[in-house]
Amino acid sequence: MTTDSVAIGTNGQEPSYLEYKGKHKGILGWILSTDHKRIGILYLCSVLIFFFTGVVFGFLMRLELISPGETIVTAQTYNKFFTLHGVIMIFLFIIPAIPAIFGNFFLPILIGAKDVAFPRLNLLSWYLYITGGLLALLSIVMPGGPADTGWTFYIPYSVRTDTNVIYALMAAFILGFSSILTGLNFVTTVHRLRTQSMSWFKMPLSVWSFYATAWVQVLATPIIGITLLLVVIERVLHVGIFDPALGGDPVLYQHLFWIYSHPAVYIMILPGMGIVSEIIPVFAHRTIFGYKFIAFSSIAIALFGSLVWAHHMFTVGMSDAGEFIFSLLTMVVAIPSAIKVFNWTATLYKGSIELAPPMLYILAFIFLFSIGGLTGVMQGVIAIDIQVHDTSFIVGHFHYVMFGGTGFAFFAALHYWLPKMFGHMYNIKRAKIAFWIIFFGFNFLYFPMLIMGWLGMPRRYYDYLPQFHPYHLISTIGSWILILGLIIMFTNFFIALRRGEKITKKNLWGGETLEWQIDTPPTHENFDEIPVVQDYPYVYKDNEIAVEEEKV
Amino acid sequence: LTTQAQVHSTEHVHRDDVGARLGMWLFLFTELILFGGMFLVYSVYRFTHQAEFHIAAKELNTIVGTFNTMILLTSSMTMALSIVAIQRANKRLSIFFQFLTILLAVFFLVNKYFEWSVKFHHGIYPGSETLLNEKSGEILFFGLYYVMTGLHGLHVLVGIILISVMMRFTSKGVIKHDDYIKLENTGLYWHLVDIIWIFLFPLFYLIT
Repeated sequence: MTTDSVAIGTNGQEPSYLEYKGKHKGILGWILSTDHKRIGILYLCSVLIFFFTGVVFGFLMRLELISPGETIVTAQTYNKFFTLHGVIMIFLFIIPAIPAIFGNFFLPILIGAKDVAFPRLNLLSWYLYITGGLLALLSIVMPGGPADTGWTFYIPYSVRTDTNVIYALMAAFILGFSSILTGLNFVTTVHRLRTQSMSWFKMPLSVWSFYATAWVQVLATPIIGITLLLVVIERVLHVGIFDPALGGDPVLYQHLFWIYSHPAVYIMILPGMGIVSEIIPVFAHRTIFGYKFIAFSSIAIALFGSLVWAHHMFTVGMSDAGEFIFSLLTMVVAIPSAIKVFNWTATLYKGSIELAPPMLYILAFIFLFSIGGLTGVMQGVIAIDIQVHDTSFIVGHFHYVMFGGTGFAFFAALHYWLPKMFGHMYNIKRAKIAFWIIFFGFNFLYFPMLIMGWLGMPRRYYDYLPQFHPYHLISTIGSWILILGLIIMFTNFFIALRRGEKITKKNLWGGETLEWQIDTPPTHENFDEIPVVQDYPYVYKDNEIAVEEEKV
Repeated sequence: LTTQAQVHSTEHVHRDDVGARLGMWLFLFTELILFGGMFLVYSVYRFTHQAEFHIAAKELNTIVGTFNTMILLTSSMTMALSIVAIQRANKRLSIFFQFLTILLAVFFLVNKYFEWSVKFHHGIYPGSETLLNEKSGEILFFGLYYVMTGLHGLHVLVGIILISVMMRFTSKGVIKHDDYIKLENTGLYWHLVDIIWIFLFPLFYLIT
């Protein structure tokens, strides 16, 4: 992307957003700030706290499974662990992680705006997020203990159990609101606040994916909102809606739940894909291959992803026609995802690849996401789905997609943008060491799940037959390796923020998008003057190597 | 884009009426889908329990329902008139029409209150013994009746609060003839509340 003014930052003349003195001082200057960058940082801190909480529950689950029988907790406690792990990781980590942190911080900058369209609404959505998060945590300490239904809250158990299901349901409801407000804000921002010269096809690809995500957030989330609210009403007021004892249909609940929760999978992965498209051309020093295909495939994923929900319910009972249609659509949705993967690899081809930490995570993303995606297509085949339904094969599959995909993209984004956000560089060598430990730990942890699930190990069981022991043992050891890697990675960031090398260089990695043309860290106003964008992003004119080789 | 503020965005809130309207429409989509979820549940159960829904619907008072429909439609008109009034810089008339809208909304809720009370008096309420002894289709019908009209009533209540705030804004001059997007968005919300009722009314009262 080229701009007509060479310096659109202030060259350090103005204080950064971190030092900016607004109406309020101290902590109030943060929690009452409507600056999109400060809200992004608020999200960063809170999302990471919940992420670590989720990791702790995941660690405890794996520890329980290290040997057959009761190891550290009872079956009932184990049920609560996997519910908390699921609720926290899905509603409090993966869904908000990339859009709420990096979307808030960088979306306005990437399109040359000074803030999002509704800054106050943006702050409100953070407060809703915190309220929802605290409710989820509150359910742990309240009498009755946290919900033990799994994150899916299937009827009729969720209206019968004595645990604090209502807290968890209300938490998810409020978090849904927060998610809707973020989506609404982003759609309006992209439509209204792009700098005048930035037409749709000059937008960076991460903006495309944030835009597609925002639409799914706006259109799918209300369904889960009303569904969970109906369960709350059914529990509290005994109104007959889903409970078969009151004449209701539990399968209808499952349909409504997945009408949201499958598109939610794309709320989770699309921003991750945007990050990949953003980072690959920078470190391959090559123009992105198939810009329009990547942009439109984001929209296609959002569209088709909304029409495949019943593939979670093949074993529940459905007409043959229904099963056929949902099976077909499930396979269709793999096409736009594959288009992206092919475009990314085509971008790498003949590029001069620089294995900086963000790029390592992105390459791992492509590898892990392909495993997760292909095991996903397998489950689209009804015969196989019935075989592997509710086994740890599923658990392995969605961890490859969600953690190996979105999680790794999130880590890549941290390594890519954190120096820009704070003006401190982390230790590159330590970051690379952490990457390799995380990568190996990840595969040790989740690959055995695919194998033992195939062999018949059910999910959500705290006990198992002796023949599954080796797999569980490897998996648990993998979880320790993974956590070790995570500790090294976050310590590295922490050290960087405390006493890391201070940087003011604008363009850290040689990126061509707008955030690299402003001050590090950005000023309160982002831009000294609103930039004029002349070309579409990712034009690497100085990449002579690739061009010359093509001529030969 | 020309309206985009070039100065500190936190201190000087930039004005973008088209953006504000776009945001409001997106919010209305989410409301429609929220109720859409319940309409989906309704249609599935109507399909699976046709005879019982037919019998249960006869219990509802069509006259009260019709009356409430008229009230709500009229209130939508007064809401629209208040916007026209402010466009013509007639502040007092606009406040008058907003007040009239609130009054009609309150009428609607009072009617609803009496309607529900009668049902409760007959022992038809969630979890009641009378209702639990009925067939499952009737339990579902009244369950949905209370939840859907209840949630709609909640939206009417929110509307009353919103319009009250707008009345204050209008009297203080925050809403004026060349800056009335807040009132317009409140109007959009109010029409949504109206249109949801337009669908609730035939589904519960008229199809017997």
